[in-house]
Amino acid sequence: MRTRTLLFALLMAAMAISGFGQMPIFKRYYIADIPGMAWTADYYFTHMMHYAGGAILLALLGYAAVRLFAAAGRVTLSGWLRIGLWALIAVTGLARVTKNLPDMHLGPELTMAVDVTHLAAVMLLGLTALMARLLGRGEYLRVEE
Amino acid sequence: MSRKKSTISRRSFLRGAAIAGVGAPALARAGAQDAKGEELATLLDISKCVGCGACVVACGEANESRYPKPEKPFPEMFPPRVKVADWSDDRYVDDRLTPYNWLFVDNITVNHEGTEHEIHMPRRCMHCTNPPCANLCPWGAAAKKDDGAVVIDPDVCLGGSKCKSVCPWDIPQRQTGVGLYLDLLPRFAGNGVMFKCDRCQPRMAEGKLPACIEACPMQVQQIGPRSEIIAKAKALAAEMNGYIYGLEENGGTNTIYVSPVPFEKLEQARAKVAPSAGKKGKGKHASKGKNSGRPNLTQVGSPFEKEDMFAAAVFTAPVAGLAAGAIRLLRKTQSGHGEDS
Ligand code: SF4
Ligand code: SF4
Ligand code: SF4
Repeated sequence: MRTRTLLFALLMAAMAISGFGQMPIFKRYYIADIPGMAWTADYYFTHMMHYAGGAILLALLGYAAVRLFAAAGRVTLSGWLRIGLWALIAVTGLARVTKNLPDMHLGPELTMAVDVTHLAAVMLLGLTALMARLLGRGEYLRVEE
Repeated sequence: MSRKKSTISRRSFLRGAAIAGVGAPALARAGAQDAKGEELATLLDISKCVGCGACVVACGEANESRYPKPEKPFPEMFPPRVKVADWSDDRYVDDRLTPYNWLFVDNITVNHEGTEHEIHMPRRCMHCTNPPCANLCPWGAAAKKDDGAVVIDPDVCLGGSKCKSVCPWDIPQRQTGVGLYLDLLPRFAGNGVMFKCDRCQPRMAEGKLPACIEACPMQVQQIGPRSEIIAKAKALAAEMNGYIYGLEENGGTNTIYVSPVPFEKLEQARAKVAPSAGKKGKGKHASKGKNSGRPNLTQVGSPFEKEDMFAAAVFTAPVAGLAAGAIRLLRKTQSGHGEDS
């Protein structure tokens, strides 16, 4: 259980770094100057890293979706909120991957909507998760008995 | 800009003049043609280019109203390592790409098989078929249009310059003091707007040809559906015993050059010469390497070679997860007890 949580936290950290690394900030703010951190400013590397992490995350989300389906009646309010945000992140992420395929392109407006929604959903999920934890409502499912 | 004419150029001038009258209507038709569903590409026969610069002038005239109008003084940047890029006082520089010059003619003298060639090569955005600038723009400001042109929306771009970093040719050029960043966090995020050729989107929308194509007295450029342009490029290369650039570069582009001299040779000669604009205004422009603003001619592989594989993994992953979850659920149901974690 502990290891699982740790691995998930690492995955989320990798997704956050590679995701934020898509913006030109790590070089500007000297992060890439720290020895061993130059890769944070390599857009092609962080791009592929985000894809690889995304694949793992989507597999986990798919797995969790089935299990939640079976326990839908017990999902807490903050659970539903986070599930909604996870879904939004997954859908916009997949839309972005689709857009990046050779011979595929969404219009500029749709692309920006997808990007901004993806980023906003990530930030909101982080906030909601933090709030839920601070308020002691971190569980997705009501524990029965 | 050198406007000398080489032997080849003079010969080409006659040939160009001879076909000019016949070629024009066909070109005009092709310009309006994007409804076919195929991306449009341009073919540049650089054996015909005499370096007259008419295309550069036409580009400037056609797009002047879209050039940046920066507000000064610029916001002080944080951290101080973030330099302003200001071309507003150098807007008439025409021997490299700048935010005020989306097309320039590179003049390259090169010896090939005992003959001295003076090659003039109009350079601008290559309009890649799978453009890293658009694919990797974190903000959606850069995008590829249905007609195959790659554009940067000046109202949306924050000038972070990522498009330039990921472009193998460093095409987009930054102007500080314009754009959305001024309304957001001017000191901490963004630094202006990136500018480059968008293949004359406003003119194309009116059914006109891009200005540089229309203005060229030598008919150096043609525009048409990509498959037709590729076929023409190959036929032309075969005819002149020449070389093609842009078919494979960066995974394929919608700008295809045909030259009588191998591009490796042109690159060697090109890299030796610095543009005059690179020598003045020290420290004023963000990046002023010797060849800054002068796109290279090296062979560039596909940056997204593994993209398909990674994308396939991303698409398959949720399905695999769902399947694994379903199998597990089934097993649990069969063994008669649920669980959660
Ligand atoms: S040449 Fe550079 S700026 Fe132009 S489409 Fe390709 S990657 Fe983008
Ligand atoms: S297509 Fe238009 S914007 Fe691009 S170089 Fe030619 S004239 Fe300039
Ligand atoms: S107008 Fe034509 S001939 Fe003159 S420099 Fe441009 S491409 Fe070359």
